[in-house]
Amino acid sequence: MVERQSPLEPEFHVGSHGNFEHGVEIILTETRPGSIVQLAAWPGEEKALISAIRTVTGLALPDGAGGGLSDGVKSVFGFAPGKFTVADEAEGLAAAFAKVVTPAIGTVTDLSHGRTAIRIAGPKAEWVLAKFFAIDFALPAFPVGAGRSTTHHDVFAQIQRTGADQFDIYVFRSFARSFWKALCHASEEVGYEVQ
Amino acid sequence: MLITCPYCGPRDVIEFTYQGDGNRERPDPASQNFEAWNAYVYDRLNPAGDHNEIWQHSGGCRAHLRVVRNTLTHEISSVAFVRGDHTSIARRKAEGKS
Ligand SMILES: [Zn+2]
Repeated sequence: MVERQSPLEPEFHVGSHGNFEHGVEIILTETRPGSIVQLAAWPGEEKALISAIRTVTGLALPDGAGGGLSDGVKSVFGFAPGKFTVADEAEGLAAAFAKVVTPAIGTVTDLSHGRTAIRIAGPKAEWVLAKFFAIDFALPAFPVGAGRSTTHHDVFAQIQRTGADQFDIYVFRSFARSFWKALCHASEEVGYEVQ
Repeated sequence: MLITCPYCGPRDVIEFTYQGDGNRERPDPASQNFEAWNAYVYDRLNPAGDHNEIWQHSGGCRAHLRVVRNTLTHEISSVAFVRGDHTSIARRKAEGKS
């Protein structure tokens, strides 16, 4: 297997940066999932697709728009009506879904090489993200596991909250380095560490 | 201006793309009724008040939405998915729905 190159690499500098003399309040990492898959159900087939997600990942999606969950290895969330993003540390998710998501249920799109997953964590994660996106990051409005589709300067982003102060952001791979640099700049004022 | 997407909740207008007047009804593509085509392309109600519009949440869930916006105040009085709404504009008008 060929090792996958990170698009962030030239701008990925492990260590503490910015105003960290008083402590690091942001941790930035690239989660590098082996698989990122987008699933879409035909109208009326949403329940069958949610059941297929449970079969493949073992994750039972909660009801409601943008609902999701993560077990730390596999993650799933809704990002549009009848559409879901699924990520897994392991490769092979698209092949597994292709076996259970029949053409009558919906479609499977393998985005493993098309998206880059960036994790922002720490007590100031909400603060920094609020500078980027005009959505409510407060825990009651954006619960753990839930997903949101939004945009930063025309860079489309899917965001899943994977902890009380942790978010995974999926961006187009071709925009990932630029987005990463912006995220680093935005984190400078509170002190950040790249791991 | 905020538009409350039925899927995503309230979002800034910058996330949306205007897809045009929601009152238009496209003639059958095979139709040679030039008056109907002319009306579809050019005729607009241009109301000073509530206006039926089609918007896409292009910077979010990407759903197409049927929006009623007041052209005087920008107040949005209703937002619904276009998908699943198979009622034609003509029938909606006949039934007294906006
Ligand atoms: Zn939306």
